[in-house]
Amino acid sequence: MNSISVRALLVRGMLAGLAAGVLALIVAYLLGEPHVDAAISFEEAHSHDHGGGEEPVSRTLQSTAGLATGVLVYGVALGGIASLAFCTALGRIGRFGPRATAALISLGALIAVYLVPFLKYPANPPSVGDPDTIGKRTALYFLMIALSVLLSVGTVILGKRLAPRLGNWNATVVAGAAFVVAVGLAYAFLPGVNELPDDFPAGLLWKFRLSALAMQLLLWTGFGLLFGHFAERLLTPRAGAQEEKARAAAPAG
Amino acid sequence: MAQSAAPAPAASTAIPAVAPISLKEIAPWALFVGVLMLLLLYFVGAEQGATSLVSGENVHEWVHDGRHLLGFPCH
Repeated sequence: MNSISVRALLVRGMLAGLAAGVLALIVAYLLGEPHVDAAISFEEAHSHDHGGGEEPVSRTLQSTAGLATGVLVYGVALGGIASLAFCTALGRIGRFGPRATAALISLGALIAVYLVPFLKYPANPPSVGDPDTIGKRTALYFLMIALSVLLSVGTVILGKRLAPRLGNWNATVVAGAAFVVAVGLAYAFLPGVNELPDDFPAGLLWKFRLSALAMQLLLWTGFGLLFGHFAERLLTPRAGAQEEKARAAAPAG
Repeated sequence: MAQSAAPAPAASTAIPAVAPISLKEIAPWALFVGVLMLLLLYFVGAEQGATSLVSGENVHEWVHDGRHLLGFPCH
């Protein structure tokens, strides 16, 4: 395995991330945007000092080109990072082939980068959150992501260490339980954030958060399947050739 | 529990072990591209919110909807 394959995997990871970003963008536009608009209407109806004047970017641009920029760059960046994680994990986390490793990396990334931070500091629509605390909330959110990723890496290393003594299954269960306990402690000690306006519609908040979650599910499912396919073809060309041969032979036989 | 040592011969029917890529090969890519990717995430997720490298609020306004829907604190 030479350095060309790291580069090739990285390029494929970023492309798969871009494609997965397109899937997430479709969900964001169809499911998420109506809730963003509803939350902005709530904000405008309830704020009395909204004399900001001209918006620098129109709502139409924000909800189309702006949204696309954000989601696609996010997809490419995380696709790149996930492919580097894949390069490191491949052949080191057990007897998994490239496709299965890609699926596990995607599942791990969904949990570490999004789900664990989301459960403590969930996504908020416009008008939820005090602008004066943006610094504190941003620091806490990024801290939670960093902590969650570090704990996940630690969990994998712990599982590997325990495997020779406990067997693969039990080592995985014990390491997973340790992860849950560590995350629970982090939740307990980090300060909570609750800056919801009193009369903000609960249904709207719930639906906004569900659509944010749906984007991430689709992003990481799409990435895992697509990148796994690319990686399998790149790293085991023989398997790809055999599949194609089988497919070619199928109609004849 | 039975000892689960010596897995190699039993598992040989399914997937052949994949050779790991050496960490020395990965390190330069992880360093340069990884930092670049984190910088991209910073611009999508936090620029002109808590901290500003570029003055004004055009970056913030442009990625506003993405920032909300991707879970980043926005304003």
